[in-house]
Amino acid sequence: MDILLQLIVSGIAVGGVYALIALGFVLIYKATSIINFATGEFMMIGAYFFYTFMVMAGLPPIPSFLLVMFCSALLGLFVERAILRHMLGQPTISIVMVTIGLSSILMGLAEMIWSTDFKSFPALFPRAPVIIGDIIVRSNLFWGFVVAMLAVIVFALLFKYAKVGVAMRATAGDQMAAFSMGINVRSMFTVAWSMGAIAAALGGVIIGNIGGIQPTLGSIGLKIFPVVILGGLDSIAGAVVGGFIVGLVENIAGGYLDPYVGGGVKDLAPFVVLVLILFIKPYGLFGKQDIERL
Amino acid sequence: MSEQQSDQEAILKVNNIEVVYNHVVLVLKGLSLRVPKGQIVSLLGSNGAGKSTTLKAISGLLPLEDGEITDGWIEFAGEQLRQELPNVLVRKGIFQVMEGRRIFEDLTVEENLACGAYTRRDRSGVKADLDKCFAYFPVLKTRLGRLAGYLSGGEQQMLAISRALLARPKLMMLDEPSLGLAPLLVEEIFAIIQEINQKEGTSILLVEQNAQMALSVSSYGYIMENGRVVLDGPVERLLADQDVQEFYLGLGQSGGRKSYREVKHYKRRKRWLS
Ligand SMILES: Nc1ncnc2c1ncn2[C@@H]1O[C@H](COP(=O)(O)OP(=O)(O)OP(=O)(O)O)[C@@H](O)[C@H]1O
Ligand SMILES: [Mg+2]
Repeated sequence: MDILLQLIVSGIAVGGVYALIALGFVLIYKATSIINFATGEFMMIGAYFFYTFMVMAGLPPIPSFLLVMFCSALLGLFVERAILRHMLGQPTISIVMVTIGLSSILMGLAEMIWSTDFKSFPALFPRAPVIIGDIIVRSNLFWGFVVAMLAVIVFALLFKYAKVGVAMRATAGDQMAAFSMGINVRSMFTVAWSMGAIAAALGGVIIGNIGGIQPTLGSIGLKIFPVVILGGLDSIAGAVVGGFIVGLVENIAGGYLDPYVGGGVKDLAPFVVLVLILFIKPYGLFGKQDIERL
Repeated sequence: MSEQQSDQEAILKVNNIEVVYNHVVLVLKGLSLRVPKGQIVSLLGSNGAGKSTTLKAISGLLPLEDGEITDGWIEFAGEQLRQELPNVLVRKGIFQVMEGRRIFEDLTVEENLACGAYTRRDRSGVKADLDKCFAYFPVLKTRLGRLAGYLSGGEQQMLAISRALLARPKLMMLDEPSLGLAPLLVEEIFAIIQEINQKEGTSILLVEQNAQMALSVSSYGYIMENGRVVLDGPVERLLADQDVQEFYLGLGQSGGRKSYREVKHYKRRKRWLS
């Protein structure tokens, strides 16, 4: 029983981080209908930005964190303005290819700039594990979860109540009508890409802080697909719930089954659950009927 | 154009515009019209005549559908427009209520209203205009927190007009506000359109299939067919016109009402002025 509880708690903690990254993905999908296959690489680059400011430039953690957000926003803005804006009206498959290409470019750039060596951050949080009742949570995981949840809440509030959030949702619903209200739909796309990049980068910093960074860190981005497909590609609440489900499933299944099969269950389990849920609810748990499936 | 109309100062002048979709399809073939300041002008015509296209050319929505003004010019409030996008034109004071209402179904009524006021900075002014909307359409006040997609068709039209009111335009363009509404509701909506025009001083360009209703609130009317204006005049003159009576008001020589099909059939045989 103790083991299960332990696995549940770490599952929730990891799930919170997945939720944040998935939220970045959903923001972009909702506003622009683009499936961003470079989400994982946005994460990875965010982690390297943090490494650059904190380790290479020697800045304190909080300014480093803020600079990461700023630089990721610029990266998102650049990607939207320089690349995707010119793809407007192109077939979905071409745009998907562009984001896949982008992920390779970002990975290549990271190798060139930061080399392929494994790197890690200095301790950001007190090293002692956090103890809740009988349960022990690694400090980096616990604080990572706290930061991720704060970020999710801020994003959700922005999206729900801020003027720009309402305009983004209007744009997601009906671009023509949004334009007719005087909303500059194109700048909404830019805002969505910037916010999506920030969310992914924050997730990258948290994950890098837990397990270190390498240019291949972005492969964790693959886990975002079970998360967002579970939740429905266009649903923020779905992204959060999907994040927790995937975190729980991989931890529990991995914890119980890995010793018997010698590992690998952790990575496989979310996809198995994904297939099962899609059998029952083809549009994800929160998705709308008319959403394209991957 | 009659002298009577050209005397008055115009908020909008459309001069001989040509509109092409997708670089090939010529839809407007030299269309001209004007809206005098503070008046309601109707633009009538059968399906596919180019009424919505005309409104989109004025409001700047045209390029978003791959349409382009290839000839002629549009002047608004004394200034020639240069194919700006709607995010600029709404700020200048042109607001189009699109055909089919186009409310944001996933947003609440309140959020939809906020979108109408998107370009405005004066919070207190918006608040006052919101109260005006609730005075015109009391039912909206009771629906604020509800998703707009769950409103009835009539309520959605009220919401669409309220969004336009909240943008505080100088020129409000309405594309078929009577679409899909019960006759009683149509009368109510038109009464309010007239009230908005009188109380707020908003100039209105009204596109309608319901010619009778539209002319009853307008001072001037244009009838278009196949991308051109084929007839225009003060409403009294249009209402007295034999052809208008026959083809747009559904009144035959016998005075009886003709069915829509019959009117359609006639239309195919007999064209407006050639
Ligand atoms: N986006 C577009 N691309 C190509 N052709 C178009 C487009 N929009 C409209 N058209 C064509 O332009 C013509 C005029 O269309 P428009 O929508 O302006 O007519 P309308 O007078 O508003 O008709 P209705 O009363 O049915 O709304 C039609 O023949 C239509 O097929
Ligand atoms: Mg139309």
